[in-house]
Amino acid sequence: MSVVTVQLGQCGNQVGQELFDIICSDAQEGQRKTYSVASCERFFHQTAHGDLVARALLIDMEPKVINRSMSMAAKSGRWSYGESSHFSQKQGSGNNWANGYCVHGPRHRDAVEELVRREVERCDRLAGLIAMMSVAGGTGSGVGTYVTQCLRDIYPSSFILNHLTWPYGTGEVIVQNYNSVLTLAHLYQLSDAILVHENDTVHRICSQLLNIKHISFSDVNRVIAHQLGSILQPALTADSHGAYSRNPLGELVSALACHPEYKLLSMCTIPQMASSSIAYSTFSWPGLLKHLRQMLISNTKMEEGIDWQVRPPAESGRSRSLAGGSFNTSLANLLILRGKDVYSAETGGIDDPALYTSWLSSKEAFSLWKSPVPFNKYEKSATLVSNSQALLRPLDDMVGKAWNMFASRAYIHQYIKFGISEEDFLDSFTSLEQVISSYSQLC
Amino acid sequence: MTQSVVVQVGQCGNQVGCRFWDLALREHAHVNKRGLYDEALSSFFRNVDSSTQNAGHSDGGVNSKGCFIAVAVLVDMEEGVVNQILQGPLREVFDSTQLLTDVSGSGNNWAVGNMTYGSAYREKIVDKLRKAAEQCDCLQCFFLIHSMGGGTGSGLGTRVLSLLEEEFPEVCRIITSIYPSAEDDVITSPYNSVLAMNKLTEHADCVLLVENQSLVDIVNKIKIMSHGTKPGLIIKRNSTVTSGQGGLSGAEKPFDAMNNIVANLLLNITSSARFEGSLNMDLNEIAMNLVPFPRLHYLVPSLTPLYTLADINVPTRRLDQMFSDAFSKDHQLIQADPKHSLYLACALMVRGNVQVSDVRRNIERLRPSLPFVSWNQEGWKTSLCSVPPVGHSHSLLALANNTCVKPTFMELRERFTKLYRKKAHLHHYLHVEGMEQSFFSEAIASLNSLIEEYHHLDATKARLMPDAPRLSIAR
Repeated sequence: MSVVTVQLGQCGNQVGQELFDIICSDAQEGQRKTYSVASCERFFHQTAHGDLVARALLIDMEPKVINRSMSMAAKSGRWSYGESSHFSQKQGSGNNWANGYCVHGPRHRDAVEELVRREVERCDRLAGLIAMMSVAGGTGSGVGTYVTQCLRDIYPSSFILNHLTWPYGTGEVIVQNYNSVLTLAHLYQLSDAILVHENDTVHRICSQLLNIKHISFSDVNRVIAHQLGSILQPALTADSHGAYSRNPLGELVSALACHPEYKLLSMCTIPQMASSSIAYSTFSWPGLLKHLRQMLISNTKMEEGIDWQVRPPAESGRSRSLAGGSFNTSLANLLILRGKDVYSAETGGIDDPALYTSWLSSKEAFSLWKSPVPFNKYEKSATLVSNSQALLRPLDDMVGKAWNMFASRAYIHQYIKFGISEEDFLDSFTSLEQVISSYSQLC
Repeated sequence: MTQSVVVQVGQCGNQVGCRFWDLALREHAHVNKRGLYDEALSSFFRNVDSSTQNAGHSDGGVNSKGCFIAVAVLVDMEEGVVNQILQGPLREVFDSTQLLTDVSGSGNNWAVGNMTYGSAYREKIVDKLRKAAEQCDCLQCFFLIHSMGGGTGSGLGTRVLSLLEEEFPEVCRIITSIYPSAEDDVITSPYNSVLAMNKLTEHADCVLLVENQSLVDIVNKIKIMSHGTKPGLIIKRNSTVTSGQGGLSGAEKPFDAMNNIVANLLLNITSSARFEGSLNMDLNEIAMNLVPFPRLHYLVPSLTPLYTLADINVPTRRLDQMFSDAFSKDHQLIQADPKHSLYLACALMVRGNVQVSDVRRNIERLRPSLPFVSWNQEGWKTSLCSVPPVGHSHSLLALANNTCVKPTFMELRERFTKLYRKKAHLHHYLHVEGMEQSFFSEAIASLNSLIEEYHHLDATKARLMPDAPRLSIAR
C-alpha cells in the first residue's frame, strides 16, 4: 500500500525533500530486495523508464522553495518529483494564518484537490496521507490546515497523519504562537495523529550530538527526516505475519492514538552522531534500550544529559500534575528497532506497566516493530514514537504566550482582516486548554 | 516574484526617490553583471526591450540601452525637480506617462496640496497608479515617499495615500515620511505635519519615520570623520552615500548625501524581496510582525554600516559590533531613545554573509538591555538576504516599533499648539475650498489619542505585568 505525502509551505517542502532523499538512498543501499521493493511501493511510483517519482505534492504560496526542492531531487539522480505535482503562487501568506486558511486555501482548493486526486489514483491501494508543515508561518500553518480539512472531506475514512515542525522558542516570526494555536486547535479535529518535531530540540541534536558548528536549516531538516524515515520505512509488525507491514500509517495510528483526546506524538531516535564517528562506535541492544527507556521517562529527547534519577512512581503515588514530578507518563509507545541481531533484542522495559496510565494495559499501550535491515548507515538504531506528556510543557508555553498576547488583543486586527474573529481565537484557546488539561491529568 | 510600485510626491519625495532608483540600478548592475533582465530586477523595473532579454552592458550601466523602466509614479506640483531628473542620466528610467506635474506649487500649504490639487488631479493620479499597477504581474506593495513639512508632499502625498487605500485596499502601503527639523524654515510646517499625520495614522500600513535633523547629524558626522576637509576629496567618488553620479546632473547638491541615506533605507528594506536568502522576508510580513495595533504603525529605522557607507577610512567593524550599532542612537534615522522606552516588536533584516546562528547569538546578547512589552518578550522577526550592499560584506537594517516615538510626536504637538492657539496663518488654510477648521481639531485629536496609546503602553513598563489568567477547563 502507498502513502501520499503533501508538503506545505517553506518548511514542509524542505523537510519533505530531505525525507524522500533519505528513504530513497536507504532503500537502495545494499542487497535487500524485499525491503527495497516495499519501501519504493510505499513512497514512489515508477515511470515507464523505471525512474522513481515521489508520491508527493509540493504546495506553497511562493515559488522559490518548491523550485529548489524539485531541482535538489532531480540532482540526486535517484528520484524526482512528478513534473506537474506542484502548485505555487507568487505571493506568500505573510506569516498570517488567517490569510492562508481563509484566503489562499479556499482560492486554490480545486487546483490542490485535483493534484491530490491524481496522485491518489496512481496508488494501487492508499494506506493514507501525510501532510508536512510548520506551524509558525502563514502558508504551512494556514494553507496546511485548510488542505488537511480538504483531505479529510475527500477521504473521510483514510488515515491522515500531520507532521508538524514547531518553531524555535524565540522565534523567527513574532506571531508564531498565534499561528501555532490556530493550527493545532483545528488539526486536532481533523487529523488522526499529529507528529511533532521541535526546532529547539533538533537544533540541540545538531550542535551536541552531530557536532555541527554553523547549523543551517538543512542540517535541522536532515535530522527530522532521519527520524521520520526510521518510522516510515518498512518493518515487521505484530500484524504483518513475518512480512513487511503493508499499512504503516494505519498501524501507527492504531498503536498510538487510541483516544481522540490524545493525538500528540513525539519521537526520539538513537544513536545519532557525526557520520565520521559511526565507524568507531559499537552498540548493543540492551544498552540502546536502557538509554531510550530513561529518555522516555525523564522526557529527554536526545541522548545526552539524560536524568538518571527519574524513576517510575510507586503504585500508591500515582497523581501528578503539570507542575509536579519530572516523570513522563505515557499513554502509548511504539518502539521501532532496525539493524543487526534485531530479533534477539528485548523490549528493554519500555513495556513496563508503571510507565503507562492505569486505564490502558501495557499490552495495548506498547507496540514493537522490527526490521533486520540497518537504517541509514546505523548498524543498529532504535526509534521511540510516544504519545505521552512529553509535549505538554512546550504546548503549555506556546498557549501561554499566545494567551498573554491575546489578552492585550495585540495583532488581532491582522487576523480579523482576513476573517478570523476573536471568537475563533477563543474557541482555539479553549480546545487547546482542554488538550493541556487532559495530558496533565494523564496518570 | 512580486512587484512594488514607488510613488514619490513633492520635492523631497522625488529627490529621495531619484537617489533610490540610482542606487537600485547600481546594486543590480553589481549583482547582475551581464545586465540581463532577471527576477530580482523585475520587482522594481519592467523590461521594455521585448525583442531580447538582453539589455547590454557595454558602457558599464545596467540600463545603458534604456530598456528598464522604473515601476514608479512621480508627482510634484512644481516642475523643477522632475525636470532636473528628466535632464539627468536617470531620464532613461522613466517615461512621460509616469509623471504628473503642475507649475505653481502648493505654497507650503497642506490644504492646497490635499484639497485643491487632490481634487483637480484625482482622476489623473488614479489613472497613473492603475497603469503602474497593471504592469505588475503580482503587485505586493506601494512605497510612498514624501515629506511632512511642505505642501505638496504632505498634502497631496497623504491624498495619494487615501486614493491608494480606496483603489487597492489589499495592497500593502509602506510610507517613508521625512519629518521637518524643529527649526524648519517653513513656518506652517507644524500644521502640515499634524494634518498629514492624521491621514498616515488612518490609512498607512507602516510608516518609516525619518527626521531631517538626524540626517543632518549623520551627514555632519561623516564630514567630521573625513577630517573636516572637503568631503569630495576624501570620500570616494562612487561611495553609495555621497555620490550624485548617475542621479541629478551636475555637481553634488547639499541634500544629496541626506537623501542617499533614506534611499539606502528603502534599498535594504526591499532587499529580501528582491534577492535570494535562506530566510526570506516578504514585504507583507513587515506589517504583520511589527504592527500589533493598527494605529501604532510608526517604525524607527536604524542602518548599519552607516558611516562607512562613505567609504572613508573607518576600519571595518566586527559583525557583532554591527548589531550593537543598530541599537545605538547614532544610527537611527530619528532622534529618540528606544532603550529607555518600550519595544513592541523589532525586525532585524540582515544582508550578506551572516548565518542564522550569528543572528541568534546577537539577539541573545542584546536582549537583556532592551525592554520589550510584557506580552511580546520574544518579539523578534529576522530575515537573511544573501546579497550584501555594493562594497560591503554585510549590513543590517533594524526596524523597531517602539514607544520612543512619543516625544517626537509630543514635540510636534507643542509646535502645532503654539501656532494654533493664536490661530496664526489659519486663514491661509481656511480659504482653500473644502478645508474646514474641524480638520485641524480632528487632526490634533487623532495625534492626542495616538500619544495617549503610546503612553498607556509606556505605563506598563515600570510595572511587573502578571501573566493573564488562563482559561480554566471544567473537569
